[in-house]
Amino acid sequence: MRIALFVTCLADTMFPAAAKATVLLLERLGHEVVFPEEQTCCGQMHINTGYQKDALPLVKRHVKTFEPYDVVVAPSGSCVGSVRHQHAMVAGADAGLAARASAVAARTYELSELLVDVLGVEDVGAYYPHRVTYHPTCHSLRVLRVGDKPVRLLRNVRGLDLVELPAAEQCCGFGGTFSVKNADTSTAMLADKMRHVLDTGADVCTAGDASCLMHIGGGLSRLRTGVRTVHLAEILASTEA
Amino acid sequence: MSTFLGMPVHAPRGVGHLRGDESFPDAARTALGDSQLRRNLQHATTTIRGKSGRVIAELPDWQELRSAGSALKSYTMAHLPELLEQLEEKVTAAGGVVHWAADANEADRIVTDLVRAAGEQRVIKVKSMATQEIGLNEALEAAGITPVETDLAELIVQLGNDKPSHILVPAIHRNRSEIREIFLRAMPGVDPKLTDDPPVLAGAARRYLRETFLSTKVAVSGANFAIADTGTLAVVESEGNGRMCLTLPETLITVMGIEKLVPTWQDLEVFLQLLPRASTGERMNPYTSMWTGVTPGDGPQNFHLVLLDNGRTAVLADEVGRQALHCIRCSACLNVCPVYERTGGHAYGSVYPGPIGAILSPQLTGVADNASLPYASSLCGACFDACPVKIDIPSILVHLRNQAPHPRTEAAVMAAAAYTMDHPRLYRSAQRAAKLSRIAGRRGRGLPPPLNGWSASRDLPAPPKETFRDWWRNR
Ligand code: SF4
Repeated sequence: MRIALFVTCLADTMFPAAAKATVLLLERLGHEVVFPEEQTCCGQMHINTGYQKDALPLVKRHVKTFEPYDVVVAPSGSCVGSVRHQHAMVAGADAGLAARASAVAARTYELSELLVDVLGVEDVGAYYPHRVTYHPTCHSLRVLRVGDKPVRLLRNVRGLDLVELPAAEQCCGFGGTFSVKNADTSTAMLADKMRHVLDTGADVCTAGDASCLMHIGGGLSRLRTGVRTVHLAEILASTEA
Repeated sequence: MSTFLGMPVHAPRGVGHLRGDESFPDAARTALGDSQLRRNLQHATTTIRGKSGRVIAELPDWQELRSAGSALKSYTMAHLPELLEQLEEKVTAAGGVVHWAADANEADRIVTDLVRAAGEQRVIKVKSMATQEIGLNEALEAAGITPVETDLAELIVQLGNDKPSHILVPAIHRNRSEIREIFLRAMPGVDPKLTDDPPVLAGAARRYLRETFLSTKVAVSGANFAIADTGTLAVVESEGNGRMCLTLPETLITVMGIEKLVPTWQDLEVFLQLLPRASTGERMNPYTSMWTGVTPGDGPQNFHLVLLDNGRTAVLADEVGRQALHCIRCSACLNVCPVYERTGGHAYGSVYPGPIGAILSPQLTGVADNASLPYASSLCGACFDACPVKIDIPSILVHLRNQAPHPRTEAAVMAAAAYTMDHPRLYRSAQRAAKLSRIAGRRGRGLPPPLNGWSASRDLPAPPKETFRDWWRNR
């Protein structure tokens, strides 16, 4: 299958490892990955901070960039959530754009959705000999409803010891600009998330969103906990060789 | 031809409790430092979440009930004028008197005048959000009338000179030893040997309240529902104190937001299943009191219904935001909210805290007067899943953020960012220039405000050697 990568601006700039892993994983599974270079950012930060007018050109750009492709994948539940649930709304009165945005959204998948629902694989042949806990990010869980797809993928990774995260479904406190505008409340939420991660005894905390991992990982690093955050794509891309 | 009467007005300033003194982040900072508050809240919300989750799981048709509740509320909002007139007609025909209050000032004045006309100096009160919203207790006190709250938690708040911090459990921020201290300090005639055993505390409140019930001639209540086609009012409660207030006095005055309507008697079937499970985690609430006007020789012989707007029509005028009027005040969204669980209700500055408060208060007052509230959420979506009438709170938050006044610098940064991201070549050079390590110092500790809020407790990732797109080009 020919799959267009929607890299997300955060993975592109700060977490290229997650994006590279997405490419290498899909290629290993026998698919062709293309990267439309006109893409930049889906506009979620602008939309969620109250700047829909500024987001409009970004939505237009996104739609135009990905319109030619049958299948689009992003290593982020949050950005796919924005494409699926916000782009048509931002298009607003421009009914033509809204319809095109909805059409692109219908073909855009978060990585675990693409693997399990579209490609029909749960065992991607990965090897990752670590004790891992999985944090279901809010937008994967409650906007996209990916359910246990990521966990099913992780259970099939050889060598991986998956430990359940207590109170897993509680938000880590990131929330985009929430973590800056309400930094104290965000930190209080992060403190509880870190406590739960540490309680598992895992050496790796994984998730499907680089943004939440940046937040959790930033806290774990500041406290020198020795626990690191790794994107789901990187785990699934790892092999024995 | 129709006449344009202008846009509906917001709730007025200077009266009631819809606006806080501080922004949410400032108030939250104080609350987060209160370790007793944090413990009380965490314990209470965790307990109630568990209880509610268990009884909801028993119902095979919970999702269908939610959809039915949502549809009934949408219908009601679309037909509000006709339904309100129908309610007025039915209540009047049944011997009640209906008053229309455009805002908090009018409602306070109507109630105060009615109590004066009855020649009374004291009223008993059923727990009611609407009367808290309009600051009725303060208005009555200013007129020399003593309001006595009879809901146990509301009484704790009143005796403690405190403010409610939860829709359902106004004293959720207090634990039993704090309650004991409040009673000892402020409850008339309390036994000085009072312990902090919950039954003992409840017993003390009961003794104090019984006397008041039997000697007060006017009661003030809110309403959970009003049925348009019968003129029936309904109050749902756990303690039975509401039932006392609704049946013992000679005069009953009910203050109700105009959105509390349901079209028909049968519609209650849906809401009476949704409300107790979502709010207290009970299969059925212990007391449901319903009355239609006046019944000669039985219950209050004078009944007044005050229909309150106070900004609600303005909410109804907003196509996206109007869903907030579907709220049945169950408080499920508070109990599941990770922000509320940590900051408590006072940080929201309004009688409506938590996720519903973050979308309702700014709409009632106009967003400019509560500009920080739409941002008091990480948009995690737990509230939407919990809401028994399926209010899409995260989408309304995003909608209100789009209307909120933005700080000048932030707006400039956002516009510049959008411009850059709409020009791939600029974007690429920005990526390269964003040597975050250099401007940010050691893992972000050198960031300027407001970004230092992030770096106070979190490291920034070390910037990668190359961006993804550079890697892609070079592979
Ligand atoms: S918004 Fe929904 S969950 Fe929140 S109090 Fe209202 S009805 Fe309950």
